[in-house]
Amino acid sequence: MNKVGMKSVGHGIRKIDGMAIATGKPVYTLDLAMSNALVVKILRSPHAFAKITTIDTSTAEKVEGVECILTFKDVPKERFTLAGQSYPEPSPYDRLILDEIVRYVGDEVAIIAAVDEKTALQAMKKIKVEYEVWEPVLDFEQALGHASVVHPEEDLHCNFDIGLQKEQNIASSYNEEVGDVEEELKRCSVIVEDVYYPQAQAHAMMETYRAFTSLDHTGRLVVVSSTQVPFHIRRQLARALQLPASKVRVIKPRIGGGFGGKQTGSLEAFAGMVTLKTGKPAMIIYDRKETFSCTTSRHAMRLKTRVGADQEGIIRAIDIQVLSDTGAYGEHAPTVLSCVGHYTLPLYNKTRAVRFTGNAVYTNKMPAGAFRGYGATQGTFALECTVNKLAEKLGMDPTEVRLKNISKVGETFLTGQGVLLGSTTLERCIEKGKELIGWKEKFPSRKLENSKVRAVGMAITMQGSGIANIGTASVELRLNDDGYFTLLSGATDMGTGCDTILTQMASEVLEVPMNHIIFNAGDTDTAPYDPGSYASSTTYLAGAAVVKAAEELKSKILEQGAKFLGVSVQDVEMEGLTVRTLAGEEMSLAKIAELTVLGTGKLQLVSSATHGMDISPPPYVAGFAEVEVDQETGKVELIDYVAVVDCGTVINPKLARIQAEGGIAQGIGMALYEEVIYNAVGKMASNSFMQYKIPCRKDVGKVRIAFEESFEPSGPFGAKSIGEVVANTPPPAIVHAVYNAVGVRVNHLPITPEKVFVGMQKL
Amino acid sequence: MQITLTINDKLVIWDVEKDEILADTLRSHGLLSVKKACETSCCGLCTVWVEDKSVLSCTTLSVRAHGKKITTIEGVSKDAEDFARVLTAEGSEQCGFCSPGFVMNVLAMKKELVNPSDKEIIHYLTGNLCRCTGYMGQLRAVKTYLGVQ
Repeated sequence: MNKVGMKSVGHGIRKIDGMAIATGKPVYTLDLAMSNALVVKILRSPHAFAKITTIDTSTAEKVEGVECILTFKDVPKERFTLAGQSYPEPSPYDRLILDEIVRYVGDEVAIIAAVDEKTALQAMKKIKVEYEVWEPVLDFEQALGHASVVHPEEDLHCNFDIGLQKEQNIASSYNEEVGDVEEELKRCSVIVEDVYYPQAQAHAMMETYRAFTSLDHTGRLVVVSSTQVPFHIRRQLARALQLPASKVRVIKPRIGGGFGGKQTGSLEAFAGMVTLKTGKPAMIIYDRKETFSCTTSRHAMRLKTRVGADQEGIIRAIDIQVLSDTGAYGEHAPTVLSCVGHYTLPLYNKTRAVRFTGNAVYTNKMPAGAFRGYGATQGTFALECTVNKLAEKLGMDPTEVRLKNISKVGETFLTGQGVLLGSTTLERCIEKGKELIGWKEKFPSRKLENSKVRAVGMAITMQGSGIANIGTASVELRLNDDGYFTLLSGATDMGTGCDTILTQMASEVLEVPMNHIIFNAGDTDTAPYDPGSYASSTTYLAGAAVVKAAEELKSKILEQGAKFLGVSVQDVEMEGLTVRTLAGEEMSLAKIAELTVLGTGKLQLVSSATHGMDISPPPYVAGFAEVEVDQETGKVELIDYVAVVDCGTVINPKLARIQAEGGIAQGIGMALYEEVIYNAVGKMASNSFMQYKIPCRKDVGKVRIAFEESFEPSGPFGAKSIGEVVANTPPPAIVHAVYNAVGVRVNHLPITPEKVFVGMQKL
Repeated sequence: MQITLTINDKLVIWDVEKDEILADTLRSHGLLSVKKACETSCCGLCTVWVEDKSVLSCTTLSVRAHGKKITTIEGVSKDAEDFARVLTAEGSEQCGFCSPGFVMNVLAMKKELVNPSDKEIIHYLTGNLCRCTGYMGQLRAVKTYLGVQ
């Protein structure tokens, strides 16, 4: 399959939900909540680490309009994880809906449900709690072997061995070595090493977390939630609330952004619990403060890297040691940790030895979780900064070092278990990026007339497309009685546009206009299983499932059409909403539908497909930054950012471009502005947009995106993924550019003027 | 207490609490386009017009709107659709949650600025945050809509 002559795939088609959401139609979770729903509020811990000794709700319960107040005494005692991952989840089962021990400032103490918000808040103030305050673990570098154990409980457990050692505060550990790194480093003529600190970053999606729960006409729990993972939420709630999964229905309406945050089930159980207890509809809405301080963030990490190369600049050894701060709970702790290595080591495959080791540790801070990039962001930051340092030590152009070392089509890499790379245009991405940014003229820097210096920097990155051997996607497709189609999918559009691109693919295969296909997704009662919108999966996996199902349905239609037209199936084709014989006789899809659906003994034409892969083909980005640094103040202004993307075939150029621009902006935020900060007693200090700055229109400079398409043989129409890979290059590329401007390496993100200025004083 | 408002050209008399904010009042009367996302006047999502000027309804007391003319995106649907068509052609609505406030401010800008430069557009709209798109596509759409280069 290729794009030549295609009618839908490869075209910059408007999103099918675009006009509704761009004009404010009521299609988000809160817009759908019943007006009589109880309002659910959470009483939260003021302490970073404490045990509840007494909790008295009796006065609070007397407040008129209070429907129920729940404490740890009222919830099931079965531990679970909030991580939205395929079963069996790798994340430790270290949660209860409410626990006797509170593990961070903001951890849940009581659930209050009342007729309105005011009443709930009034009742909250009347709950009397006494705590035994414990010494918290606040510095993740001190967590290992700390006198305090964040999870002392006996019943914490894992589905399989993730290296958890709770007495040591280790939620998970990972060790992988191929070859002998120490020996190989001895043989290298150039070795560079350094320590990097990518910070905790907040997702800061515009729609905060929210869910609305009710019981349906059969007594089942219906959960409307702003989630990326409806099926995982169903399973999670079943376990947390001790219900059969068949008693839970999860509906995902339009979502106001997620970025991985909504891959963790932060609040559904609280409203669900209230509805089960009271039988009444309930809604829970996190305000911005709770969204910042009581959900998840990107894992803050410390990465120690060593990279060795020979005199020609061929990288022979890579050693990465990670310490990851998972906070109070282990959501996504093992997988984000392992992805640091999985999405960096394959970049450079001339290595003779690689080692990747690490621990994810518990601390008494807000849990970390899934965030666009998922470990690759942190790993890319550390490795790419190191490779830039290596290039300098070798006296080589950093782009040349990349071109010499990157993996090529048909090659494998040390930890790749023999899997051959099916597609890459990374080389072209680097060349194109150099050209667009003006690398030859601008590298490394040039002084301006005032006190300012302009400089360029670069980095490359990869991600995956789905999770090999775990990720899966199912779709069902049918020809309706009127000749239109319905495509049922479990995929979870969170603004990314997958409802549209999956419809584009179905339309292409079925050779019918997109508006003849009804796309229905996000309801666990009607959709076939899909893990949800994460791990850069949907285009690659759900897309392939759509292609399979559409091809199957098309052949069934042709078969039926041929039968009705009295010819053999080889003699018919689909054209213009008809099945047509070579002689020109035709029958419309509507007629075929009518003849197959209506009457007795007929069979509606349907197809279904489930698709999973044993590989996860990497998309690539080469990112180039041009900055202007004020030597008097240390202020960094981003002048230009060029990202050249290989996501395989571009299914929808407009949507792919926006994904890339948005990912770059989020990376720019991480590089220059954003940081989750705690005060000395573990209370989050960055809990509003006044303290936590995300880039505004003035901060992103000029972002330019170009595509160098490859053709991924295993992908639908040759596509790979794009959602996450685009977030990874700005931190290392901007750090590189700042270094080239003023000679200061900022290894601890974000790059604030203060750090640059102080760094300059030390030179 | 009671307030009298002209909402999208329709005169209404509503009961509100003294400490009620305009965003909540509007939503409770079915104007569900109005979104809240920050509670600190930082994000621009709740932008509506009071007397034809953009105002953040999450930090405007409803009683302050007494006697005033309020416009939400529901009241300017034709203009909103015209711009939305351009915005969605760029794919730059993405999750769409910030759209109502953003669109209201773009329509206000159109009335206020003549042939604005990129810099003026960016400055005018800088209070409308978006976490999805990175803003570039929105700038392309605004320029197309305004017919400026």
